[in-house]
Amino acid sequence: MNPAFSVIFLTTLIGVGQGLFLALFTGQSYSAVKLLPAATSVEFYSIGGLIALLFLVGGLIASFFHLGHPERAWRAAAMWRTSWLSREVLALPAVMGLLFIYALMHYMEWDIVLFTSEAGAELSVSLIVGILGMLATFALFLCTGMIYACIKFLQEWHTPLTVINYTLLGTASGFVLATAFATYTAPGLLKFFGIWSIIITLTALITRVASLLRNRNIKYKSSAQTAIGVRHTKVKQIAMGMMGGSVNTRDFNHHMSALFFKSIKWVFLVLVFVVPSILIWAGIEEANRTLLFSAFIVQYIGLIAERWFFFAQANHPQNIYYQTV
Amino acid sequence: MTQLALVIDLNVCVGCHACVTSCKEWNTSGPAGSMCDDNPYGKDPTGTFFNRVQTYEVGEFPLTETVHFPKSCLHCEDPPCVPVCPTGASYKRESDGIVLVDYDKCIGCRYCSWACPYGAREIDEHQKVMKKCTLCVDRIYDEELPEEERKPACVLACPTSARLFGDVHDSESEISVAIREEGGYQLMPEWGTKPSNHYLPRRKIRKHIHKDELERADNPLNKEQRKPHGPIDAPTLDDSTSW
Ligand code: SF4
Ligand code: SF4
Repeated sequence: MNPAFSVIFLTTLIGVGQGLFLALFTGQSYSAVKLLPAATSVEFYSIGGLIALLFLVGGLIASFFHLGHPERAWRAAAMWRTSWLSREVLALPAVMGLLFIYALMHYMEWDIVLFTSEAGAELSVSLIVGILGMLATFALFLCTGMIYACIKFLQEWHTPLTVINYTLLGTASGFVLATAFATYTAPGLLKFFGIWSIIITLTALITRVASLLRNRNIKYKSSAQTAIGVRHTKVKQIAMGMMGGSVNTRDFNHHMSALFFKSIKWVFLVLVFVVPSILIWAGIEEANRTLLFSAFIVQYIGLIAERWFFFAQANHPQNIYYQTV
Repeated sequence: MTQLALVIDLNVCVGCHACVTSCKEWNTSGPAGSMCDDNPYGKDPTGTFFNRVQTYEVGEFPLTETVHFPKSCLHCEDPPCVPVCPTGASYKRESDGIVLVDYDKCIGCRYCSWACPYGAREIDEHQKVMKKCTLCVDRIYDEELPEEERKPACVLACPTSARLFGDVHDSESEISVAIREEGGYQLMPEWGTKPSNHYLPRRKIRKHIHKDELERADNPLNKEQRKPHGPIDAPTLDDSTSW
């Protein structure tokens, strides 16, 4: 497929936003059960929530560039019964809304403790909003991943690993940003977020490499023989029926050299996983803000490469019909 | 239930592209507005077409065969392009099984073109909506037209009658009979899309002549001459036996 930058930015930006929210919420739930020092600063949750919201808005804006008729985008909510894209269109504002309420509650310090257990664990209204937000966030990851995973003849995508990778990569980038952000507002949580960032990044490394290995040995079900229905071992196209190309020749190929394509794989493996893990490790040891922010930026650039590769790698069966001018 | 469809006979298609041009001509002049056509006479002509004729070579020189292969939307009975559409712009008609796009609802997200394994959908890069074969839905029901012209433009244009049109759910229709009796098949059956359009394969007419058919078994002396005859009134073997 031809990677569209609008979709690359959409999926990576909302991934950061969702991951950052999950990080904030993890922090709050740990302190609710007293595993972390309680009441980290108000700014950590409210400004953190705002930043996460901005990433989601950024992703939403990027998505409009993908549409031919953005003014009709509201129609995309109609077919949620059958279309994962439609479901994503509903899940995204749901996450944004809950995130907004979550951040606002923390900022205004509106919170009521509903219940305190004997051990001191607290259940508060903001925690309930957070739980709903977390569910919506995971639903959004599921929708985003399923948009790609549900197309069975895009065999590189048609695997649960697609959803798992979207979830883990988004979460990892959000946790890395939370670590960097904690240097301002919650220095006490630096180690906590840092170690989680490394754990999630390395888990994502395992699942992403698993999908690379899976796709290396893929057996394509369609061939020139099934495409035109002629039983002969040698079937070769000699004319595709047009000379100047069409959307079929432009949209379904990455148009880059094989060398470029291969090198992007190594680029993203280094930038998404190796470099950030080292930078975070060093950054939390010295509480060094520059190192931690560079970890986030390097990883984000790596994720753009990762997403490019994800799209470029998918081999659409329609290409069998468009081999030679 | 009705399922309108085309049957394309690869045995007679000569690859003349008459269906391509008549399709474009009819559909670019229709109420839905023109189909884009950039640099038609320039260096890189490109545009939206509902139908393309491709050419394949089967076999290896010198044992090759050229197959001309027209391809348009196959109006699948289980179309993967329809459920993925977020707006409902892509739909399959209950009444006759035609898969259509509502150009006023389409947001141009291209997701349906990813979900068609046949590359049958082409976005109009000027109108920014998804386009594809409509089976000339604005022609086949038009009562202004004489009955015999209520067929898709490509079917009428084909000089070799390689394109047949009808209802595949009616077992006695011309196309059902052709599919049944001439070995009609579907493209990429591996994806379970159940295309309604079918293709008829190349059919070779072969006569097998056995060696004994080259020699007259009743002429053991291999003499090419009139059969020797006995006297006209003598009894013959033909009177008492049959072979
Ligand atoms: S051929 Fe493609 S566009 Fe047409 S109905 Fe089948 S899947 Fe949809
Ligand atoms: S391009 Fe149009 S018809 Fe296709 S999925 Fe998007 S909205 Fe539906």
